[in-house]
Amino acid sequence: MPVITYREALNQAMEEEMRRDPNVLLMGEEVGQFNGAYKVSEGLLDKFGPERVIDTPISEAGFIGAGIGASMLGVRPIMELMFWSFYSVAFDQILNNAANVRYMSGGQINCPIVIRGPANGGTNVGATHSHTPENVCANHPGVKVVVPCTAYDAKGLLKSAIRDNDPVMFMENTILYNDRMEVPEEEYLIPLGKADVKRVGKDLSIIAHGRSVIHSLKVAEILQEKYNISAEVVDLRSIRPLDEETILASVRKTHRVLLVEENKPFCGVDAQIAYIIQDKAFDDLDAPIKRVSSIDAPQIYCPPLEKEQMPNPDRILKAALALMK
Amino acid sequence: MPVVSPFVTAAINSGLSKDAKIALYRELMRIRRFEERSLRAYQAGKIGGFLHLYIGQEAVAVGCCSVMGKDDHVITAYRDHGHAMAVGMDTKALMAEVFGKVTGCSKGKGGSMHYFAPEKNYWGGHGIVGGQIPLGAGLAFGLKYLKRKGAAMAFMGDGAVNQGAVHEAFNLAALWNLPVVFVIENNRYSMGTSQSRSSAGTSLAQRAAGYSMAWDVCNGHDLYEVREKADKYLTIAREQHKPAVLEIDTYRYRGHSVADPDKTYRSKAEIEEYQKTKDPINIFQASLLAEKVLTQEIIEKIDQEARAEADLAAEFAEASPYPTVEDITKDIYWEEDNLDKKVSQGRIIFD
Repeated sequence: MPVITYREALNQAMEEEMRRDPNVLLMGEEVGQFNGAYKVSEGLLDKFGPERVIDTPISEAGFIGAGIGASMLGVRPIMELMFWSFYSVAFDQILNNAANVRYMSGGQINCPIVIRGPANGGTNVGATHSHTPENVCANHPGVKVVVPCTAYDAKGLLKSAIRDNDPVMFMENTILYNDRMEVPEEEYLIPLGKADVKRVGKDLSIIAHGRSVIHSLKVAEILQEKYNISAEVVDLRSIRPLDEETILASVRKTHRVLLVEENKPFCGVDAQIAYIIQDKAFDDLDAPIKRVSSIDAPQIYCPPLEKEQMPNPDRILKAALALMK
Repeated sequence: MPVVSPFVTAAINSGLSKDAKIALYRELMRIRRFEERSLRAYQAGKIGGFLHLYIGQEAVAVGCCSVMGKDDHVITAYRDHGHAMAVGMDTKALMAEVFGKVTGCSKGKGGSMHYFAPEKNYWGGHGIVGGQIPLGAGLAFGLKYLKRKGAAMAFMGDGAVNQGAVHEAFNLAALWNLPVVFVIENNRYSMGTSQSRSSAGTSLAQRAAGYSMAWDVCNGHDLYEVREKADKYLTIAREQHKPAVLEIDTYRYRGHSVADPDKTYRSKAEIEEYQKTKDPINIFQASLLAEKVLTQEIIEKIDQEARAEADLAAEFAEASPYPTVEDITKDIYWEEDNLDKKVSQGRIIFD
């Protein structure tokens, strides 16, 4: 099987879907001539031309809104946000227009768009460029939210997102763009709403999404090797729809839960996950649910401290050990 | 202004048959009577939330929509009843919608500000000032991308021109040569703030010049002129993929919404002056009388029919049921409404 990067996986997903369906196009800042601010769209302009790989001005409300409008006619735009942080200047377009138009029209209109780009901290770019808005977006019925953490997942999920007839918010991670793994050559799709047990264990469930899964997998290894604790790592992959069954099955097996995410804690995704677990598996819990999230402050610039602010293997390990006491 | 508009001889108008002119007059009257009837329903407590009446502005929607080609599209803001009727939506479904009934055009889920009829190329009905304008540019983008021969009309009020999203859409439309006509319905007040207190510069449409986009102004009290200008820019958009901004002077007799006491920012005398001298229905009626198209008898008949239609719509709305609690969580996701085609897994609606 070929080994490719997370970036290449995304690129392949877009290329394959653009070849499959002429209504799929890519628009965004620097996606064409510049080959992508993070090179995710590299080569697509040459392959598909400027009619389908469209450089936009720095004008998120304008081009995201235009993509939404075009999607109502059946065009299927993939719109790249250079950073998901920039969603805030297109908030009305995404979370009023795309999220609500189906409902407000009584189900007459649908909006087959994908908005994708990196949503992560950890690159020392300060509070304006480090948002992880999966919780904010998922709070809006009408949109779907996907957060892949491996190349395999990124490809299969992006292809599904592009084929989806609802608006999908697809959140990537600049720090993962160079991560490599084996990805099959033949076509595959991963349905939205299907979590993945990335490591099987029996003593503790670590439930995470995004880059926190990668950290959690490292911690699970340490727990096994140094402490003889068998941790299961559940990667949500999709926030909305959410795979409750896989979450609950893991909890019923291990009886202890650590939730890890890069969101800030207040109203983070894991607040909802914790609610679901206590609601549906209360009697299965042997200990209170614990969380590791980013320390509750705007994202700090200071490089060594930003590492501390975010979930990292040290913080996750500490929390896991406290939970196992 | 002469009784018969000089625009009566414009190409788009000169070919109008007597019946076509009467039909246009009927459209104006239907909207006015519908709006008056919905106001009474609001006052009777039948309608929740806001009600932004179109009374006084009828010639804008009727004029513009009457020159639409078969693949031309419309999107507008929350003062959307006139446009909905002008594209041919059924008044029963419109009235039922503001009553919050399941028989409404959006099944009671959208309300007065959110009428939609995609099968009539009518894309809403949007609540946030200026927020629909990028969507309008997107409709135009979509038409062009799909190689369909049509144009979009994106309506907004005069208050919207100060929103960033509008200018972003202007820039994209000009930059990408999109077939869109941005129509500013300038009724002089953005809610309770007059144009001179809200918008720098003398002309709103002139802002298009900053994007090297064509712009024009239009007397919105004269249906013939509205038709001529709308047709001109729609044709250019459709044929040449060139956008334009068309500012149409108009006036609303009622408050910004029915909840607006309408006493703080303009005088009663000003409203009366408009009603007396610039009412679009009176002007068109006088013209058609002078043109010997209308008679008092036809005028009376059309009025009676328009009132009866509005009453029938209200009766229909009154008699219709509300949606159910179960209906609240439908029409959110395409996939959930099309379970036979569903591929996603997991849970998507939560407790």
